[in-house]
Amino acid sequence: MDSVESLEFAIQVDKLNSWYGDFQALFDVDLEVKKGSVTSLIGPSGCGKSTLLRSINRINERLGSYTRISGTIRILDHDILDESVDLSQLRKRVGMVFQRPNPLPLSIRDNVLFAHRIHGSSKNLSKREEERILEDSLRTVLLWDDVKDRLGRDARGLSLEAQQKLCIARLIPLKPSVILMDEPTSALDPKGTEALEQMIWTLAGEYTILIVTHNMAQARRASTESAFMLLGKLVEKQNTGDLFLNPIHQQTADYIEGRYG
Amino acid sequence: MNSDKKVLVCQDMDVRDSAWYWDKFFQILMLVSGVSAIFLIISIFFFITKEGFSFFFEPFSFREFFLSSVWRPTSLSNPSYGILALVIGTASVTGFAMLLAVPFSLCAAIFISEFASGRVREVLKVLVELLAAIPSVVWGFIGLSIMNPLIIDLFDVPVGLGILNSGIILGLMAAPIMTTIAEDALKAVPDHYREAAEALGATKWQVTFRVVLPAAKNGLVAAILLGIGRGFGETMAVLMTSGHSINLPTSPFDSVRALTATIAAELGETAVGSDHYRALFTLGILLFLVTFVINLTADIVVKGNKRH
Ligand SMILES: Nc1ncnc2c1ncn2[C@@H]1O[C@H](COP(=O)(O)OP(=O)(O)OP(=O)(O)O)[C@@H](O)[C@H]1O
Ligand SMILES: [Mg+2]
Repeated sequence: MDSVESLEFAIQVDKLNSWYGDFQALFDVDLEVKKGSVTSLIGPSGCGKSTLLRSINRINERLGSYTRISGTIRILDHDILDESVDLSQLRKRVGMVFQRPNPLPLSIRDNVLFAHRIHGSSKNLSKREEERILEDSLRTVLLWDDVKDRLGRDARGLSLEAQQKLCIARLIPLKPSVILMDEPTSALDPKGTEALEQMIWTLAGEYTILIVTHNMAQARRASTESAFMLLGKLVEKQNTGDLFLNPIHQQTADYIEGRYG
Repeated sequence: MNSDKKVLVCQDMDVRDSAWYWDKFFQILMLVSGVSAIFLIISIFFFITKEGFSFFFEPFSFREFFLSSVWRPTSLSNPSYGILALVIGTASVTGFAMLLAVPFSLCAAIFISEFASGRVREVLKVLVELLAAIPSVVWGFIGLSIMNPLIIDLFDVPVGLGILNSGIILGLMAAPIMTTIAEDALKAVPDHYREAAEALGATKWQVTFRVVLPAAKNGLVAAILLGIGRGFGETMAVLMTSGHSINLPTSPFDSVRALTATIAAELGETAVGSDHYRALFTLGILLFLVTFVINLTADIVVKGNKRH
């Protein structure tokens, strides 16, 4: 426990290569993400941001043997690509928020408590305990006041912004070390985007957040560090301010100035 | 594309090229086939009800018809038309079949849709389709020549034709259809629900039982209903395996007689227009109504599912 407290990085990716069939999507990617920070991942479409993110909670393995991976990924100093790793435990520690809000076809309450119930060691958690967790989680994502009167309603009836907040709220009961977000605001309107960004900020510190975004303004606003990817390679990572003002690589500068679109 | 057309229309509004004629031709063809299909259905329905309902007026007694178990239509001195035993025969065979087929088909559908992958899935699907393609006489034959001696041996009973035999055969017949429909219902659950649940750390089982099954609930109910409808309407296999004797059963080894089998076995030997003939048509209406209600319910249940 002590060593975890003193760790500097929550995620350490080392020489990560990834393939879809014969197509190589990632080339020797090295990335270290500071604990408790918000780090954004930027780069043009198809450069492998999602692939990298989806390797970190190993959700890409859903595609079967068609995807391969080599290299190491360490979460809080645990090698998560090791054979002995239990995917369920890994995903308990590493939460993910997807591009399109994907609430489960359940009530708002059951959505928030879903992961909690799955991972609950004791089957009969008291109702009161559950209600407390429910309220805490929804308050954390600033959704409680909106939905407190309709917790039994189908979550798919909420606005997209509320759905995406709910998708974050359902991670909170697990107290994940890392939250991966893959363009979490791309389905939202500008107002929703702003609201969600502000909310993400409140989570920093307690959670380590790695967020993919196409929106550079968002990266600048929302993150402490930024990493730029191009064609499956990680080009550079710096403090957000430095990356946008004094990029080391020409490619980064070109992208920031909008030459790749 | 759109503007092209507009220009053409403006230039010569009354051009009737071959495409125009083909178009008209097929429009009319479709109209004619559609109308004649509806007309046919209505006339079939009319024919059946005309024959069947006339029975309601003359020798018919509501009480006797539904509450008596004496089906003796050929008796000269004292004919009796009680269908209770036939209804119970059909219900017990179908019920027994569903007892076997529902859990089996649901498990098969879950396995094919959620757990099997690649080659295994394809092979299983082909197998299920093959099973569905076996004609009902063949099933009846299997019941007669394999199940019958097997049941006699295993349970030490004098006859192996009855609810047990018929139920097993009917269950095997209904299972492929139910499996296919249930699998379709599971497949229709969007994959992002599974992905979302897996990303939260749910195991395959948890994903299946907590997310996929509830989401596919209506489709699964429809699959079961259609299976019941199938069992209800099945004739040949039941005729061959149920023993076909009028009986209020008390054990699964008792032989029974089904509604459908009664019509099939007796209709050819009745005089057109006789009381017996019309009584059989009344049975037909009853069957039709029950299957209609079952299928309609299945339909409504599925529609309810699509509202989201
Ligand atoms: N399932 C897949 N099968 C084959 N190739 C894939 C698959 N998923 C992604 N790829 C390819 O891998 C590369 C990286 O894709 P990825 O989705 O990681 O990019 P991205 O940076 O997230 O792009 P975007 O900004 O559009 O989301 C792309 O060239 C893409 O075509
Ligand atoms: Mg992506």
